[in-house]
Amino acid sequence: MLNLDKYNSLGAALREALDRWPNETCLIESDRDKEKTRLTYSDFKEMALPLARALEDAEFSPGDRAAIIMSNQSKWLISAYAIFHGGGVLVPLDYKLTAAEHLQLLAHSKAKVLVVEYYLWRAIVQSPEFREYSVHTVLVTEAPPGADLTGAFRWEDFRRKGDPVFVPRQRHDVACIVYSSGTGGRPKGCVLTHENYLEQCKALIALYPFWPGVRYLSILPTNHAIDFMVGFIGPFVCGACVVHLRTLRPEFVRDAFVRYKITYVSLVPMVLKNLERGLRAKLEAVSKPKRFLLGRSIAVNKFFTGWRPDVRLSRVLLRQVHKAFGGELRAMFTGGAFMEPSTLQFFYDLGVPVANGYGLTEAGTVLTLNDLKPFRADTVGKPLPGVELRVLNPDAEGIGEVAATGKTVMSHYLDDPELTAETIVDGWLLTGDLGRFDSTGHLQLFGRKKNMIVTEGGKNIYPEDIETVFDGLPVKEYCIFAANYIWPAKTLGHEMLILVLRLEPGQEGQAQELGEALKQEIIDRNRRLPDFKRVGGSVVWEKDFPRTAAMKIKRVVLAEEIRKTLSRAAVIEL
Amino acid sequence: MADDKKTLEEILNLAAAQFKVPREKLTADDDFFKTLGIDSLQALDLLTRLEHHFNVELPDYELQGVSDFRTLASRIQARL
Repeated sequence: MLNLDKYNSLGAALREALDRWPNETCLIESDRDKEKTRLTYSDFKEMALPLARALEDAEFSPGDRAAIIMSNQSKWLISAYAIFHGGGVLVPLDYKLTAAEHLQLLAHSKAKVLVVEYYLWRAIVQSPEFREYSVHTVLVTEAPPGADLTGAFRWEDFRRKGDPVFVPRQRHDVACIVYSSGTGGRPKGCVLTHENYLEQCKALIALYPFWPGVRYLSILPTNHAIDFMVGFIGPFVCGACVVHLRTLRPEFVRDAFVRYKITYVSLVPMVLKNLERGLRAKLEAVSKPKRFLLGRSIAVNKFFTGWRPDVRLSRVLLRQVHKAFGGELRAMFTGGAFMEPSTLQFFYDLGVPVANGYGLTEAGTVLTLNDLKPFRADTVGKPLPGVELRVLNPDAEGIGEVAATGKTVMSHYLDDPELTAETIVDGWLLTGDLGRFDSTGHLQLFGRKKNMIVTEGGKNIYPEDIETVFDGLPVKEYCIFAANYIWPAKTLGHEMLILVLRLEPGQEGQAQELGEALKQEIIDRNRRLPDFKRVGGSVVWEKDFPRTAAMKIKRVVLAEEIRKTLSRAAVIEL
Repeated sequence: MADDKKTLEEILNLAAAQFKVPREKLTADDDFFKTLGIDSLQALDLLTRLEHHFNVELPDYELQGVSDFRTLASRIQARL
């Protein structure tokens, strides 16, 4: 691997990697069972430099911002490198957002360049908000021949001959602006520096090293902090290979493990549970004698891997299981959302360790990670080297808000000094998550102080971001809360957003029961949201909402009043 | 129009069979995540089943933002 202390920027480190391992494969892109692309580091360079040169000609200057809206694929990484090469700032956007949300974040980030997949570009230009669009240069990938690109360029043709100028950046310069939320009106653009990423990468690969020949399966969206780090920067600075799948269909994900002999993968709980379901079904289908033998093998494996994993031994003892994962898998990473300990234990007992971690975009990806020595299903691991954590104002059980400091913590929120001052206090990032350390220094999480949920798909959903969908609802007033924010559960998982309704005077007779018409209206509006953003229930509140002089809802006060008056049982499921 | 209806009917039958839900419980405007009790990966499994049945290729993004059977049917019908 490269010695990252020697480099001042992601661009400089990646540039060195492309020259260090010219003949190693760096990218494989597969669509279902067909391999579409296979690139060496040298091929990658040959594709990226003409793009960087063309960006230069398009007046993309050092410090300018360029957004990428694409699903996982080789062009994502090639474009990102071309942007870094020219000293640009990358703005990775979630491709699952709506076109209106994309336009909002493009405007907020002041992106000068946009690299976007054709079907997403089509949605953007058809959006009513497209009028306010101001990106200078748009590059569209995979557009069909003859397609109307509405002023955009075809990515595949956007290249110029000649060597582009490599623009060096300093460690404190901005590398990326990553949105952790805020499509509802107050975008939270986390400004992350080159130092944030280089230090994070150094810490992660010290625990889970990559090397030429290692293959990382990229399933999480590359705009996601984890995949950007573990599915791009980490493998590249070590000469390893990233495998992109253009589909998330479980059958092809399972197939990719075998076909590409995957070494590492990062997963959200939803995917891990899907793998667990499939595996359990297979294990239950085997004959009784075989199941007995398998049970014995699992018991032996558990005995010998109690203190630390031994993948070589596990591969021998549980050959068939490991064969289903390609036979080379060393670990799966998960983090960002609550993972059932029983699922983690299930995989560990089969000799497939799942390294559970914890982090947030504001902290440059990961704060803690299980080192598996020993494996602990009930914790999110210990702080990474260079990360310092504190539990603020612990209660009698030692549980309090987790605060973090270190070189990976973001610089600030873009254009929002007030929010930055609330979030980073005296150099400590207030995470809004509740946790405590156990006697061995492992962090255990117990819920959130902040009003938000994290879905099984790893998405952070803030109530403020979705409230506008319910604008005009025929009630006196409404607002949305995370149920666990009102009624702290001291646990994570099974999180739900609820709609709190203050009915009009004439509607009050309905008390806890919602009228059918109102319920249908709520259901209809809920459907306008992507499935992972929907509210799960509602509660009727019989007093006016407390408001500030500026008429903003006092959410903390309201949540407390509801908590004192109603129990969670008052929630009517939608 | 008749084709749309037929496609929708076939989708409802296949979804009911795949996720073992009584057919009569499913209607065209149902939120299939909720009615079938499935997550987005299981919805992709359904998409695979539909591809085989209708003999069309449906990219994952055809399911993006879709959560009711009627819209799903119109997306499939457009590719038939």
